Amino acid sequence: MHGFDDWALTLAVFLPLVGAVVMLVIPGAEEGLHKVVALVTTVATLGIGVAILARYDYGGHQGLQFAPTPKDWISVIHAKYEVGIDGIALPLLLLSMVITLLVVLYSWNHFPEPHNPKAFLILILILEVGMNGTFVAQDLILFFVFFEVVLLPMYFMIGVWGGENRQYAAIKFFLFTLFGSALMILGFLALFFATGAESFSIPFLVQHAQANIDPDVALLIFGGLFMGFAIKVPMFPFHTWLPDAHTQAPTQGSVILAAVLLKLGTYGFIRIAIPILPDAAHTWAPWIGGLAVVGIIYGALGCLAQTDMKRLIAFSSVAHMGYVMLGIATLTDFGINAAVFGMVAHGLITGMLFFVAGSVKDRFHTLDMKRLGGLLLQAPRMGWILGFCCMASLGLPGLAGFWGEFPAILAAYNPAAGLSQPLFRTYMVIASIGTVFAAGYLLWMLQRVAFGTPKEEWDGHAIDDMHWPEYVSWVPLLAGIVALGLIPNLLFKITDPAIQVVTAAIGK
Amino acid sequence: MLAAAFSRPEIDYHAFAPEIVLVGALLLILVVDLLFEDRARWATSTLAGLGLLGALVPILTLAVDGGDRSMFGGAYVVDNFALVLKALFLIGGYLTVLISTDYIGEGDYYEGEYYFMLLSSLLGMLVIASARDLISIFIALETLSIPAYLLAGWRKRDLKGNEASLKYYLLGVFASGVMLYGMSLIFGVTHSTVLTVIGERLAGGGASVPIVTVGILFVIIGFAFKVSAVPFHAWAPDTYEGAPTPITAYLSVASKAAGFVALLSLVFIAFEGRSDVWQPLFWVLSALTMTVGNVIALRQTNVIRLLAYSSVAQAGYMLAPFAVAGHTGVNQAVESVVTYLLVYLAMNIGAFAVVMAVARKTRSGELSSFGGLFEYAPGLTVLTSIFFFALAGIPPLGGWYAKLVIFRTLLDQPTVWSVVLAVLVGVNSAIGLYYYASVARETWMRPVPDEDRTPISVPSSLAAAIGLCAIATLAIGVVPQIVARFAHLAPFGS
Repeated sequence: MHGFDDWALTLAVFLPLVGAVVMLVIPGAEEGLHKVVALVTTVATLGIGVAILARYDYGGHQGLQFAPTPKDWISVIHAKYEVGIDGIALPLLLLSMVITLLVVLYSWNHFPEPHNPKAFLILILILEVGMNGTFVAQDLILFFVFFEVVLLPMYFMIGVWGGENRQYAAIKFFLFTLFGSALMILGFLALFFATGAESFSIPFLVQHAQANIDPDVALLIFGGLFMGFAIKVPMFPFHTWLPDAHTQAPTQGSVILAAVLLKLGTYGFIRIAIPILPDAAHTWAPWIGGLAVVGIIYGALGCLAQTDMKRLIAFSSVAHMGYVMLGIATLTDFGINAAVFGMVAHGLITGMLFFVAGSVKDRFHTLDMKRLGGLLLQAPRMGWILGFCCMASLGLPGLAGFWGEFPAILAAYNPAAGLSQPLFRTYMVIASIGTVFAAGYLLWMLQRVAFGTPKEEWDGHAIDDMHWPEYVSWVPLLAGIVALGLIPNLLFKITDPAIQVVTAAIGK
Repeated sequence: MLAAAFSRPEIDYHAFAPEIVLVGALLLILVVDLLFEDRARWATSTLAGLGLLGALVPILTLAVDGGDRSMFGGAYVVDNFALVLKALFLIGGYLTVLISTDYIGEGDYYEGEYYFMLLSSLLGMLVIASARDLISIFIALETLSIPAYLLAGWRKRDLKGNEASLKYYLLGVFASGVMLYGMSLIFGVTHSTVLTVIGERLAGGGASVPIVTVGILFVIIGFAFKVSAVPFHAWAPDTYEGAPTPITAYLSVASKAAGFVALLSLVFIAFEGRSDVWQPLFWVLSALTMTVGNVIALRQTNVIRLLAYSSVAQAGYMLAPFAVAGHTGVNQAVESVVTYLLVYLAMNIGAFAVVMAVARKTRSGELSSFGGLFEYAPGLTVLTSIFFFALAGIPPLGGWYAKLVIFRTLLDQPTVWSVVLAVLVGVNSAIGLYYYASVARETWMRPVPDEDRTPISVPSSLAAAIGLCAIATLAIGVVPQIVARFAHLAPFGS
């Protein structure tokens, strides 16, 4: 199986591209065939993911795994094709594979207007290439390219298949992210030159950057990386693209955006910014933590002001990503573990919430919570699932959301050596208040959508309960939420050894 | 006595072979057009295309042969730099012929003369890539410009065509005059027209500083007109709009590249020692050009004008390496400009080609006429998006690598000024995305005007040009090494 280990990640990244190319040559009228090809491709990709999971060495091996010898890619600028995964990347890679497959399944009879399954599914597959690639790339230029590959398909997905205000939302998403990544690539190049212009390899830079870069310069470089990643997360005050993009995107787009794309930003912090420039991260941490808690409160207040269900969930993402960033800002092993857990949990839960919102919109053609109500009477199963997801999202112990939120708050009690304890404890208090808000807005949403009696305007309308594509695509997510909630060690066991490597460099 | 003093200089015919093939082709076109008149109209474009491809053959043999060839006391040099750029001009010319074939064939145009002019202009470009002497640079520049003035006005019954030609001509001649004056000052101080000698004498000190400064300034300003740098860009949008579209593509790519090539050899060979003069000048030119070009492009409603301002902005990115070349070294700056030119060739000609393909149906260059293209021409829409997003620099399409090498040059030996310029390039890339994406928005997300969904028929030669450019744009984006290698070879031979 030595051959498989060398090729596994490359296959995981480019298999969806093969599927997309195959679909390109099939005429658009063959809708059934397109669905089958997309399904087969995503299943096969997940199959590789499962094989990786099975062959992954969990026994304390801390370095990169499935990493073949780097190959020359752009030798003139010393960029290489270097891939590999560790405990931080593995869960996110699987998350991306699972979500893509479920989105394809959900699409089976849920193609948004203007329909065109061929183009829609091709875009989903290209998105998967970018997402998987970002999680396995171990070279900054390669990372940058994959990081950007997701932009075009998402732009088209929002802009073509989105809601009424889709053109505005699409270009806003695109411009914000591109602005951030322009500064990010400047940071990458600065890192490259500051370490002797030898390599863009992330492991190489982790070893050599700290010692070779002047601290003041490092602060600036971190600033560039921060802009790129923080806009993607998105952190307050760069979040304004998110509610628009989420609200206008088709259901599938919202799910992928929430479940995976936002994680590219937080992953960038953990993979690149912090391990390469730990001292600069240390100086920046109080500010990041501050923005994170502002995001928690601001996102929560934003939720309370919404009348549109999808927009409410979008703002809740701002708040939840705030917890993730707070965990990262503590720079402790505990906090970053919580952050990675939070990323996966948020992917499952918020992905699920957007699925439900999409199905509600399918049936009622509105997400205006003033007009909704009584979902539990009209479509009881879907209503219960919505309730379950709200509970998971507000951090109910026993479900996955808890293990992202609670340890992040707890980690702020005791941040990394040298960070101001009073400050982080203040953050902790504010973040705890945020959880109360979270319960508030989620239960409020549940109450307005699911409880009560249906409004008169729906009299005589037959509202279907769940269809089979919904069952098929939701059950795995629900199972994941419960499984990770009950046995959080499933994930912590994988992430912890890798995160210890990241935090080992901090404060030295 | 005079006859005795003159001895014929040694001529290396192998080194001249590309130029000779091209001259042969353009004479053949002239003769065929004369003898067969209308019966052979179709043949002229084929002959032009074959001639250009034929001229590539000696370039290959020269490249395989290796070694720098220098003639006429260093005034004419065939090194890797010259070969890479000659290949670029020939390929650019070939693509121009491909996109011209049906446009010129279907309109009421002179056909034989058109290709004759085009090849003459390309001949000037081949020469300028090798010219390392003030006089040969000037002559090459005029050889490539004068046919271009005529080509810009080829739609002679169209008022906009006349305006295009006249504006281009007047400003072009004015720029030549300014440049020539600058050259005469440089000659006056250094007593030589050969670039390497000028370089030594300027760097050696002793030359009058104010005169040298004015001379360098005038020469660079003269070329700033050619490459349409702000504030010397005013001719470009009107000329681009009025000229036949294939010529617009040609001007925005090949002609601009020729300006950059001359700038590279002048600035980096002759003026190398005086970076204190030209670095600040290029910094200002670059910052102004990209910012003004981008901001004005935001407001355009006509695709051709949009591409015109886009090409102004792109020139701004290409000028950026000049602003730091004194610190980072000449080789890296040359490499990044050549890389940019190579990538830009594929994506910009591609962009013009798809616009031409769509305009065959809509008969309009207005952005709104592109509405809903995806509904009746999905393939063409995808290609349009590829080219415009490549120009915006979105991976994995070619343009990102061009931008990356610019960033790389700016950050190699960072100073405050170079970092500020790099951030400006970054911010401008984001601004640029807005108008490049507006084309995608129109084609994918807007309704079809007039509900006219008749499919577009793309003639085979135009389709070939689009296909070649698309393959190149994608391939460069995924495996940038293919252009990086050539650009890496390009710095000047000894």
